[in-house]
Amino acid sequence: MSTPDALRWRTHRAVFAAALACLLASSAWAASQPTAAVPRLGQPLSSGDLAKLPPSIFPDGRGLPIGRGTAREGAAIYDAQCAACHGPKGTGGSGGHLIGDGAITGPDPDPATNTYWPYATTLFDFNRRAMPMTAPGSLTADQTYAVTAYLLNLGGIIGADAELNERTLPQVRMPNRDGFDWIDVPGKRRR
Amino acid sequence: MSRIPNDTPPHRAGLLDRRWFLKSGLRWSAVAAAAPALALADDALPTTRSPGQPFSNYGQPSPQENRTIRWISANRAVTGNGVSWTPLHDLEGIITPSGLHFERHHNGVPQIDASQHRLAIHGLVKQPLGFSIEHLLRYPMQSRICFVECGGNSNSSWNAEPLQTRAGYLHGLASNSEWTGVPLKLLLDEAGVDPEAEWLVLEAADAIAMNVSLPLAKARHDCLLALYQNGERLRPENGYPLRLIVPGWEGVLNVKWLSRIELAREPVMSRNETGRYTELQPNGRARQFTFVMDVKSLITSPSPGQSLPERGLYPIKGLAWSGHGRIRKVEVSADGGKTWRSAELQGPVLPTSFTRFRIPWVWDGRPAVLQSRATDETGRVQPTRAALVAERGRAGYFHYHAIVSWQVDEDGELHHVYA
Ligand code: HEC
Repeated sequence: MSTPDALRWRTHRAVFAAALACLLASSAWAASQPTAAVPRLGQPLSSGDLAKLPPSIFPDGRGLPIGRGTAREGAAIYDAQCAACHGPKGTGGSGGHLIGDGAITGPDPDPATNTYWPYATTLFDFNRRAMPMTAPGSLTADQTYAVTAYLLNLGGIIGADAELNERTLPQVRMPNRDGFDWIDVPGKRRR
Repeated sequence: MSRIPNDTPPHRAGLLDRRWFLKSGLRWSAVAAAAPALALADDALPTTRSPGQPFSNYGQPSPQENRTIRWISANRAVTGNGVSWTPLHDLEGIITPSGLHFERHHNGVPQIDASQHRLAIHGLVKQPLGFSIEHLLRYPMQSRICFVECGGNSNSSWNAEPLQTRAGYLHGLASNSEWTGVPLKLLLDEAGVDPEAEWLVLEAADAIAMNVSLPLAKARHDCLLALYQNGERLRPENGYPLRLIVPGWEGVLNVKWLSRIELAREPVMSRNETGRYTELQPNGRARQFTFVMDVKSLITSPSPGQSLPERGLYPIKGLAWSGHGRIRKVEVSADGGKTWRSAELQGPVLPTSFTRFRIPWVWDGRPAVLQSRATDETGRVQPTRAALVAERGRAGYFHYHAIVSWQVDEDGELHHVYA
């Protein structure tokens, strides 16, 4: 509510003028979009506000927090915080299995994080935002790197002493990275 | 016997012309009059002899209807992880009561203080903005009646054997409401989207901070930041105080408890658009970003769990919908797909909305297989199960939309079959 009234009124008039121009250009558009009355009440977010939002983590590593961990360090975290629901070594439990050793072709495939997921960043991100279910978001950056390294190691993708950090994690190449075809994104189908 | 009209018009496996009920109103009442009369009570109705209940601040269904409920199927260790199904078999018309709208939660229903809730729009925008609910309530709104269907709806039908349960517990991860809210386009324009942006990364304020990516073109086209469902503010389990409605696209994109929209060049590749909500095909390749919910229908009555007490005339009724637009036609078969007859579509027939269809049917007491087959305005036709499985295999889990078959036995019981 910090926008001064006078300023708000000026913006409002500007929007109204723009909307009127569009209205003349396309009456069908105007009929479905009551833009003329948009109050423009959004409050500018400062860089301080934005820093409070945990960044989205993209496959190229954008958004990863600074930190590090290895599978050897992650094993203890997994056993203490994850095994109750996902079983020893990710073999399965109430939360489903995380690691598969079967094929992902044919009539009875066994998709799991190691055999099916295309990006290691996704595994880090989901562990960080959602797990453990009993205390989501409670893992530190280092713990998340470590437990992610542990799962990748169980899946035969990285070694037990390989260090995952904000630079090495996006370089991990998942076996099924190119296994996906985009269906409903026009002009963006990929192999 | 007295309920079978003897001047039955030409029919296909007992399916009558959809207008027959109307055309034959007179003849039919003559037939009905011949049925044994229900005795009326001798004394005055008790409810006319004593005062009724007082007013209520918020009305509840009749206690006698207490079996019309969502069917809950939750994780044994994480009670807030799972689904609850809409009892489509018990409902009529096209609007799902809000309290019966299906649920898919990953880690419970967050109890959000609306006065503290913010929607942040940031990333590739000229001006990152935050919106309070109080502010959003002052924006121009639109209402839209449309379905929300989970991408995983009907997934048990990929199983080798047909699961025996009620119609709604097979296909009720789909519900239809009137949603009211602010067109997302208005807020995107206010923030000023960078021409480089092609995707929105949506994020929820629930206990997995659920996130998923949505193409910008769809967001600008018809997405709604919904604050109201069926006339009242959203229920907590449906996203209170704010959710996105993405008409015709899979449920997971209709993010509940929406707290954040980040504009980006590419999708974020979250768990719910890579490991899940993608469909593995027999050749090992997976379909990803299968956004549109395909044309689909099912007969809600008669359906498994109901039974036909005697031979005679029954209304067949069901629901059809398509994420591609309006339903153009629903055909019904009573002989497992050998012959078909067009059902009546009850108006309004709205795009990306449940459409109610009806057709009268005379059951002759012999085994029958009831099916419905929908066609939408783009010409897409609901496939047979055999065709869908031949194309996709059985391990894709999501986006099952084949023709549904109910077997009527000689004793009038109904079962789920693959036909
Ligand atoms: C209280 C039970 C519980 C605990 C503890 C738990 N999880 Fe989970 N986890 C689940 C459930 C349930 C799901 C399925 C979530 C869903 O369906 O949305 C899941 C899903 C996952 C997935 C996604 C799997 C997939 O195939 O999509 C990963 C990865 C995961 N958990 C990792 C972990 C890690 C790492 C820990 C420990 C830090 C952990 N979990 C602790 C219950 C748990």
